[in-house]
Amino acid sequence: MAKIKSLEDLKKIREDAQKDIKVRKDTGTRIIVGMGTCGIAAGARETMHAIMEELAKREIEANVTTVGCVGTCVKEPLVDIEQAGKPRITYGNVHPDMVSKIIEEHLINGKVVNEWVVGRLDASGI
Amino acid sequence: MRELSLHILDILQNSVEAGASQVALTIDEDLPGDRLSVVVTDNGRGMDAGQVARATDPFFTTRKTRHVGLGLPLLSAAAQHCGGGLTVQSTSGAGTMVTATFQHSHIDRAPLGNIRDTLLAFVLTDSVDRPCELSYRHRVDDKTFAFGTAEIRAELDGLPLSHPQVRNWLREFIAEGEAEVYKPEAETSDGG
Repeated sequence: MAKIKSLEDLKKIREDAQKDIKVRKDTGTRIIVGMGTCGIAAGARETMHAIMEELAKREIEANVTTVGCVGTCVKEPLVDIEQAGKPRITYGNVHPDMVSKIIEEHLINGKVVNEWVVGRLDASGI
Repeated sequence: MRELSLHILDILQNSVEAGASQVALTIDEDLPGDRLSVVVTDNGRGMDAGQVARATDPFFTTRKTRHVGLGLPLLSAAAQHCGGGLTVQSTSGAGTMVTATFQHSHIDRAPLGNIRDTLLAFVLTDSVDRPCELSYRHRVDDKTFAFGTAEIRAELDGLPLSHPQVRNWLREFIAEGEAEVYKPEAETSDGG
């Protein structure tokens, strides 16, 4: 028999979360996924889900948000990784199977995956 | 696009760009009437009559990065190719309503596709600076699945939707709701 989900379940989730004192690894990171028409057509929805899966699997805290078309449509799906004090890195043509490596190398090991980078903005600004 | 749910995600993004704090998405499947309609209504900044007239022009956009805006034109073309069409109603300062209709059984009508992933993508992205509550309703003949992020947030009392357990709950909640609207009468589970 199928589990019936209801809003009641949320009460329990809320209570459990308040009791949960385990600190998730906060990387102070913002991940921005292009979600304009070009991004969506190129598969950005799937890429974003892969990113959320990977963050959940590795228990990493990062702020995932979307942005519209920035003009380099042929490079979509685009994924920006922004960390305080570091250059903002734009990865291009990011397909779901590339996400694991980007999260591991860039967020965990602190090493930019240069082969996939299509843009770099210095920490000082534009 | 391969799925209507991808077009829908595209149009929902327009509402966010327009500064909407609320957006309502209704998917209506009328099998006897052979009609599928998608309606997105928002309370964003809206458009004046001139902008509405140009909304489905691929070379019209309010974006600064390019001179091309394809979201509405692509959906409009898809609808027109399926014996339907797209209308845009808007009032400057109040909001916009986009309605796309299709002949449900048209051979060229793209499947609705993974609407769950579209809803999750919209609802789970961090929008602290641009919070946008979603009201969703999917009707297939006499069955309806509906939910609103406002009610969900009220239950969570501050816990973010992106919390892993909430995210998992949402994924299953939507999957179950969507499966129910497509079940033939005889198989509908009883009870709550």
